[in-house]
Amino acid sequence: MTKRDITLTLNGKTVSGQADPRMTLVDFLRVVLKATGTHVGCEHGVCGACTIVLNGEAIRSCLMLAVQVESQEVITVEGLCEEDGSPGILQDAFRDGHGMQCGYCTPGMLTSVHALLQSNDDPSDEDILEAIGGNICRCTGYAQIIDSIKIGAERLREDKS
Amino acid sequence: MSGAHDNPVAGSNYHYIARKRRVVEDKRFVTGNGNFVQDQDLPGTLHVAVLPSPHPRARIVLINAEAALALAGVAAVITGDEIAEHTLPLYHGLPLPECRWFPLAHEMTRYAGEWVAAVVAEDIYIAEDALDLIEVEYEATPAIVDPEEAMKPDAPLVHPGHGSNIIYDGDFEWGPVAEDFEAADHTLSFRARWGRSSTVPIETFGVLAKWDKGTETLNVWASIQMPNYPEQIAAALRMPLNGVKVNQDIDVGGSYGVKRGIKHTVLVGYISRKLGGAPVSLIEDRLVNLASGDAHGPDRIFYTDVAFDQGGVIKSLKIRAIDDCGAYPGRGPFQLGKPIAAIVGPYRINSVHYRPCSVATNKTGQVPVRGMGQGPTNYMIETAVDEVARHLKLDRFEVRRRNLIRSDEFPYLNPTGTKYDSGDYETVLGKVTELANYDDLVKRRDELRVEGKLAGIGIATCLEPSGGNNLFEFLFNPKAEISTYMEGCQVRIDSVGNIVGTMGTTTSGQGHETLVSTILGEELQRDPDDIRVIHADSLAGLPTRSPIASRMAVMLGGAAAGAAQKIKDQLFQIAAHNLNRPIDGLEYSEGTIFDRSDPARKLSWDELCNIAHRQFHKLPEGMEPGLQALHVMQVPLGGQMPDEKNRVQLYPCFSFQAHIPFVEIDPGTGKVTVLDYFIAHDCGTVINPDIVRGMIIGGVAQGIGAALYEKFDYGPDGQFLSGTFVDYVMPSVFEIPYVKDVEHCTPSPLTSHGQKGSGEGGYLGAPAAIASAVNDALEPRGLSIHELPMRMNDIEELLNGEKPE
Amino acid sequence: MKAPAFDYHAAETVEDAVGQLAEAGDDGLILAGGQTLVPMLAMRLARPSVLIDINAVSELAGIEQLDDGIRIKTCTRQNVALNSQLIGESIPLLAKALPFIGHHQTRNRGTIGGSIAHGDPAAEIPLIAVALDASIKLQTKNDTRNLSAKDFYEGPMMTLRKDDECLTDVTFPIWQEEGKLGVGFQEVSQRHGDFAIVSVAAQMVLDGNNVCQRVAIAVGGAAGIPVRLEKVEANLTGSVINQETIGDALTNMADFLDPVEDQHGSAAYRRRVARVMTERAIWEAAA
Ligand code: FES
Ligand code: FES
Repeated sequence: MTKRDITLTLNGKTVSGQADPRMTLVDFLRVVLKATGTHVGCEHGVCGACTIVLNGEAIRSCLMLAVQVESQEVITVEGLCEEDGSPGILQDAFRDGHGMQCGYCTPGMLTSVHALLQSNDDPSDEDILEAIGGNICRCTGYAQIIDSIKIGAERLREDKS
Repeated sequence: MSGAHDNPVAGSNYHYIARKRRVVEDKRFVTGNGNFVQDQDLPGTLHVAVLPSPHPRARIVLINAEAALALAGVAAVITGDEIAEHTLPLYHGLPLPECRWFPLAHEMTRYAGEWVAAVVAEDIYIAEDALDLIEVEYEATPAIVDPEEAMKPDAPLVHPGHGSNIIYDGDFEWGPVAEDFEAADHTLSFRARWGRSSTVPIETFGVLAKWDKGTETLNVWASIQMPNYPEQIAAALRMPLNGVKVNQDIDVGGSYGVKRGIKHTVLVGYISRKLGGAPVSLIEDRLVNLASGDAHGPDRIFYTDVAFDQGGVIKSLKIRAIDDCGAYPGRGPFQLGKPIAAIVGPYRINSVHYRPCSVATNKTGQVPVRGMGQGPTNYMIETAVDEVARHLKLDRFEVRRRNLIRSDEFPYLNPTGTKYDSGDYETVLGKVTELANYDDLVKRRDELRVEGKLAGIGIATCLEPSGGNNLFEFLFNPKAEISTYMEGCQVRIDSVGNIVGTMGTTTSGQGHETLVSTILGEELQRDPDDIRVIHADSLAGLPTRSPIASRMAVMLGGAAAGAAQKIKDQLFQIAAHNLNRPIDGLEYSEGTIFDRSDPARKLSWDELCNIAHRQFHKLPEGMEPGLQALHVMQVPLGGQMPDEKNRVQLYPCFSFQAHIPFVEIDPGTGKVTVLDYFIAHDCGTVINPDIVRGMIIGGVAQGIGAALYEKFDYGPDGQFLSGTFVDYVMPSVFEIPYVKDVEHCTPSPLTSHGQKGSGEGGYLGAPAAIASAVNDALEPRGLSIHELPMRMNDIEELLNGEKPE
Repeated sequence: MKAPAFDYHAAETVEDAVGQLAEAGDDGLILAGGQTLVPMLAMRLARPSVLIDINAVSELAGIEQLDDGIRIKTCTRQNVALNSQLIGESIPLLAKALPFIGHHQTRNRGTIGGSIAHGDPAAEIPLIAVALDASIKLQTKNDTRNLSAKDFYEGPMMTLRKDDECLTDVTFPIWQEEGKLGVGFQEVSQRHGDFAIVSVAAQMVLDGNNVCQRVAIAVGGAAGIPVRLEKVEANLTGSVINQETIGDALTNMADFLDPVEDQHGSAAYRRRVARVMTERAIWEAAA
C-alpha cells in the first residue's frame, strides 16, 4: 500500500511523516517521528504503556492507526517537560514520590494522569483509580504512583493559585 | 499517605544513606529519555520475526521458505537446521548433553509456540508478512503436559536422547530427620501446588546485535539481566569471549529475574555475522513473549510431611518438590537449589529431608524468577505452619512466635549449614500486628462473618536470602566448582575532582546508579548528586554477576564502599606526604584532609585531585598518578565448599518480612478482594528508603498476582492458553490495595553499612500470606485450598460445586 | 503483532462510507473506535483489504431524544455516553453498565455502535441492547433496515449484519409503564475492566405493592450470545417480588444457558454464577 503523508501537532509543534495505512500510531511516533518516550507493552490494548493524550483525552496509541491522527493534537510524555526539556511539575512529583522503578510504564502513567489533572486538579482516590486503572505497572504495586499523583495534583493547584 | 521518609533507625549516623533522596534514574524516565533497547536507532537495522510452532510436540518434516524469501524486503529466512549447523547448543545449568537446545527448533518442536523459523527483513511489518508465507509440514505426536505423568517410565519423552523426562532428582538430608519424626507428638502431610506464573515485565525482552567486521566484535544491546551472558553468547557462537561486547548501559524495562533472552541473542548474533555486519534486532512482541520468550517461572508441586510437638513447635520437615521445568531446563532446575539456604525458613526447625526433582514437559522452558524458587518454597513452609496451627487449633500468630528464631540466637546456624546473619523476627512480627491494628482487624473480620460473608486475615513470616555465592549449583552439579559470585565497582576521580563510579551491569528498576552514588557520596563525603555512575560494557570488563539474587545492595554496595576506601587511602597518603604528617594524625572531612593538631594545615579536595593528576613531583614515591580504584567484592562468608553432608553457607544475609493481608471472598462468585495489606520488613540498613519501599510493595503486588490471578495455562493437549494480557491476568491498581509498610533495621554484621538485600521484596511472602488469608476465610466452612493461583472458579467450586463423595 | 497490509479510506459522510463498503465487496471493514478491531488486525485475526474509517463522519456521532427512546449514533464514544445526562436519566440500565467497559482510555475511543456490531458475548453494550430490545439500524448503499437486538446476534462475534451494511445507530426504548423503574447490573470479571466472565442486566417496573409490572433480564458470558431470560421474566411479571418468587423464577434458569468454558471459568461455574448474579441483579433492580 502506498504510504500516506501525515501531519499533526505533536507536543505543540507541527510535525509530519509518512506511514503505511496499517502502521499503528505508537509505531509512527516511535519509529517514524523518533519520539521514543512513548512505550509499547502489549500492542493489544491492555497494559496502557502506550497511552498518549489525543485532543485532550488519554487514549491508547497501539489501538489507533497513524493515518487517523492527521491534523490532530497529540501530547506524549516528552510534551510534559518544560520548554527547556527539564522535568515539568507532574514529572518532578513522580520523582519526589518515586512513582516508578524501571520507568517502562511511566510515560503511560504520566500521560493518563496529565489528562486527568487537566480536567480535575483535585481528584478523589476513586478518580485516581479510574484514571490509571488501565495502566499496568509491574514494579511498584501502585502505592508510590498514587503518592506521586497526589503530590503532583497539589503542586499543580498551588501553581495555578 | 505513608510515603517513605528517612529511615530513623539506620539514618542517624549517615548523611546520605537511609535519607529520603530522589532516585537518580527517575529523571530520565519521567522525561521520556530512558535508554531502552527499543530506543536504539542504528541505521540499516534489520528486524527479526519468529514463526511459532502450532504443535507442542511434532517432528518437523519440511520447511518451505521460498515464497517468504521472494518477498521484497526480506533478507533471510533461518531455520533450525541452519542454526544447529553453525552454533553450539545453548547452555543448561546442568550437564544435559542429550537435551540439545537451539534458538530455533531443530528436527522436533517441544512446546507450542517454539520458534521454527526466523525471518529477517527491512522492517517488522514485512517480516511478519513473510511469516505468513512460510510453509511447514509437521508430524504431530501426543504431548506430555502433566509433570507427575511425565515422571512415569512409559511417558512420551521430551528429549528422547536423554532417556527420561527427569532432568534432576536430588536427595538431601540435614539433621536427624527419622529421629525427629519418631519423637514428634504429631505429624501431618499436605500437597501444595504453585502454578506456573512469572513476573512478566511490561517491556518484553529485546536485543540488537551488530557484528563489527573491522574489530571482529559482536556488539550487543539487550534488555538483559543475567549472569554469564557474554560467556554464553560467545560459547554458542564459537567466538572468543573477548570478541563479545555487551553494552550494559541499556535501561531494562523491568526484569525481576526473567530477562534472559539467550536464545534471542544467539539468533541475532548469528544473523548479523551471516549477513556481514548488518544490525539485527529481535524485539519480542507480547504474543511471543508470553508463549515462547524466556519467561515462565517455577511450576511446582510439594508433598510435605511435618513433625511437630503438642505446642506446635515444628521439629522436622520432609519435602518432595517436583518442578515442571518445561521443554528446555536452562537454569530452571536451580530454582529448586537456591531455596536450600532458607529451606527451614525463619524457624528453629531441627532437621529436613529435601528431595527436589525437575521434570521436563512439553511446555515453554523455565527461567529464574524473582527469588529463584524462594517464593514457592516460602509458600510451602508457611502452609506447613498454618496447617500445624489448624491441626492443633492454635492461633497462627502464636505458632509462629513459638517457632521463630529468637533475636539472641544470632548468628543462627540452620541444619543445612547456612548461618543467618542477624534478625529480630519477633519484633518485626510485633510491628506488623501493630501496623495492622490486629485486634481491630479481627473485629472487622468477625463482623463480616456475622453478616454471612467470608473474610480472612493472613499471616506470613519469611526470609529473603541475599547476596549468594551460587554454591547451590555445585550441590546439584559437582562439576560446577564455582564458589564466588563477585561484583566489581570502579571509582575514578578526575583532575577537577568530579567522581565517576563504574558498575559492570545493567539496571532494571532497582536504582543501582542511586545505590552506587549514595554509597560513594557517603564514604567520600561528597554530594551524591554530583557523582556520575556509568555502566561499563562487558569488554571494559568489571567482574560482575548481574543484579540477580537480591545481591546488589550487599555486593555492588560493598564494592563501591571498598573502592571509595581505596581512594581515601590514596588521598591520605598524598596528604601525609605533602603535609609532612603521619596518616594517623590526619583527618578527612568532606574531601579535605587536615592535620588534627593544626587544622589550618590542610589540603582541599581540589588540591588533592590536582596533585594526583598533574603534580607527579608531589606524589609519594612509587604512587601511580591519577585517582582510581577498583574493588571486587567477594561474597561474605564465601570460600567454603560443602562438607560431606552437603552442609554449606549459600547466602550471607537474610532479610525478614512479616505480612498481614485482609481479604473478603464473595461466596457467590468465589472472587477474592484484598481489602488491606500490611507488611513489616527488615533488610538491615536501608540505602534509599524510596527504593526499598518500592521493591517491597511492588513485590507484594506481584505476589498477589501469583496468588489470585496469574497463570500460564496449558490445555491437556499441550496447547498454550495464556497468549495475551487478556488471559494472562496481571493486577491493576483496582486489585491492589494501598499497601501499608513499616521498616525495621537489624543491621547485617557482614556488609559495608549493615545493609541486606531487598530486591526480591514482598514477592517472597505475599503469595503465602494471601493463601493464609483465603484459608482463614474458608475455615468456618471447614475448607482449605493449597493451590495457586486461587482463581474465582477454584474457590467458588470449593464452596458451591458438587462435592465428591 | 503487525497488521497485514490494507487500504484506508477516511469516510466523510455515511453515503461515502456505505459506498466504499459496497465497493469493497466482502473485504471491507468499518473502523469505528478500533479498540477491538485494531488488536485483531495486529494479531492478523482480521484481514480486510480496506478499512473505512467513520470517525470523522459527524452525522454518525451524537445522542438524540426520540418520543419513546434514545437514539445513539454509532460513533458515539463510550465515555461520551457515560457522561450523558440524557442516557443517565432515560436509559439508566445502560448508564449503569457503561463504567464496566474497559478502561477510561479505551472508553475515550471505543464506540457504542462498534461494540454492538462486534458482538462479543461477554461485552456489556450488546447485553444491554438485548435486555432492552434496542433497535439497530443498518444501512447499505441502497437500503436501510432495522433489526431488534434480540435477533441481531447469531453466535460469538457473529451477527446478522451483512458485509455491505454499516451500523449507523441504535435506539434504546424508554419504558412507559407506570410505577417505579429500577435497574440492576451485575458483573464478575477477574479484574476491573476485563470482559465479563458472567454479567447480568435487569430492568424492572414495580407498582406500589411491589408487584412486578414489567421486567427484562439478560445474561452475558453464559452462551455464545447475550441471552434473554424470557421464562424468568414471564414468571416474575405479575408477581410480588420477594425471596420466594425470585427463587421460584430462577429454578432451572441454568438450563437456558450454554456457556463456553475456558481457564477463567468452567461451564458449570458460569451456570452457577449466572444464577447468583441474576438474583442479585433482580434485587438491585427491585431496591
Ligand atoms: S501497548 Fe498499548 S495498551 Fe499495551
Ligand atoms: S515502573 Fe516498571 S512497570 Fe511501572
